Amino acid sequence: MSTYDRAGPRHNPARRQALSCLAAWSGAAVVWTVTGGVPRALGATTAGPTTEGAASALTFVQISDTHIGFNKQANPDVVGSLRHAIAEINALPRAPAFVVHTGDVSHLSRPEEFGQAREVLQEIHVDRVHTIPGEHDTIDDGVTGYLKFFDHDGNGKAWYSFDHGGVHFIGLNNVLNFKMGTMAALGDEQIAWMKGDLARVSNSTPIVVLGHIPLWTVWEPWGWGTADSAQAMALLRRFGSVTVLNGHIHQVLQKVEGNIALHTAMSLAYPLPTPGQAGIGEPGPVTVSAGELGKVLGTRQLTVARGRHELALIDTPLAG
Amino acid sequence: MNEALSRNTSRSLRGGVVLALAVGTAFVMPAILAAAAPALTVDVNIAKFAYGPKEITVAPGTKIVWTNHDQTPHTVTSNDKSFASKGLDTDDKFEHTFTSEGDFSYICTVHPYMTGVVHVRKQ
Repeated sequence: MSTYDRAGPRHNPARRQALSCLAAWSGAAVVWTVTGGVPRALGATTAGPTTEGAASALTFVQISDTHIGFNKQANPDVVGSLRHAIAEINALPRAPAFVVHTGDVSHLSRPEEFGQAREVLQEIHVDRVHTIPGEHDTIDDGVTGYLKFFDHDGNGKAWYSFDHGGVHFIGLNNVLNFKMGTMAALGDEQIAWMKGDLARVSNSTPIVVLGHIPLWTVWEPWGWGTADSAQAMALLRRFGSVTVLNGHIHQVLQKVEGNIALHTAMSLAYPLPTPGQAGIGEPGPVTVSAGELGKVLGTRQLTVARGRHELALIDTPLAG
Repeated sequence: MNEALSRNTSRSLRGGVVLALAVGTAFVMPAILAAAAPALTVDVNIAKFAYGPKEITVAPGTKIVWTNHDQTPHTVTSNDKSFASKGLDTDDKFEHTFTSEGDFSYICTVHPYMTGVVHVRKQ
């Protein structure tokens, strides 16, 4: 699956100081807060202390689409971009409980890319980084190569769930099970697992779902959707607060369906066109000028506050 | 290296045609020369998340060389599992020689909405 323990020095005064300096010139992270049910973004990390962060609230950070191994024109230094984001996360005034990575950890599913990604992610000052696979992590042999680096609990699946601070988290793999000419899907086995997993969760428990490709159809001609997402949404409908965090499309979009709020995130590698953007025709990396790249890459901070239906979300570009 | 191979093959094919014409005009064993002609190589480009051409008809024995021109990785993966590339990074190539007649549809497993088909027909 999913998570691993962080390694390396946790408190290094010199390093902290350096990170603070970095934080002074850019704001990179988006903090999620879950208070009483609904994750809400708190605002840019450079915007000063957040107002929503009650002491009891659970705060975590979402990063996505690091594409370690990519080195083309659109971003020759994706490791640098990831490290920039890590510096921002480590400099947050209130440390997040953990980080979630919503897929496309690597660019080409190569072992050295997974290895480097795992090493760099360990520089984040959190106990856990929960990852899910993107389609770039499953290119040659499904999730096998990915799981060699990111199967923390050893169950041999890329999907999992865990509970933290009264919130039930579910990580999904929606980058396989495609049929020719269709969008990728969760598949029957995973949907059955999800049904069983949710059966023990009360309606009032806030749910946070991680899935790489959006769980709603953003733009079908580009595969920006999950073929069987309706089945997953049906399982989530009875809960009072559901937040779905996606990656894949390298930009922030949002959709609300009843109690279910779906959010895509920025990438840390390169921007993609807007859905079906006129004059482009395909969802390939968009090259922007060097000074502009930091404005279209970024992270997200979330806070779950007790008694609140929505999570607080802050999407923060690396620079800008 | 694949590229070099493919270029050489194309060049020798053109050479072979010229030679066959020249020799044929001179009435010297044209049949043997024709039999020795190298197998045809055809290029398919992968660009802007599409195979070009998306549909192609070739004779048995034809080698097809796919080249990925995108910054995004793609694969060439047949639906009947008879051929499958690894993830092709920018400028990577994959080749497959089609020996028997048939219709071979394929997709990019990273972007399954990218589809192509090779029709192999005696000509």
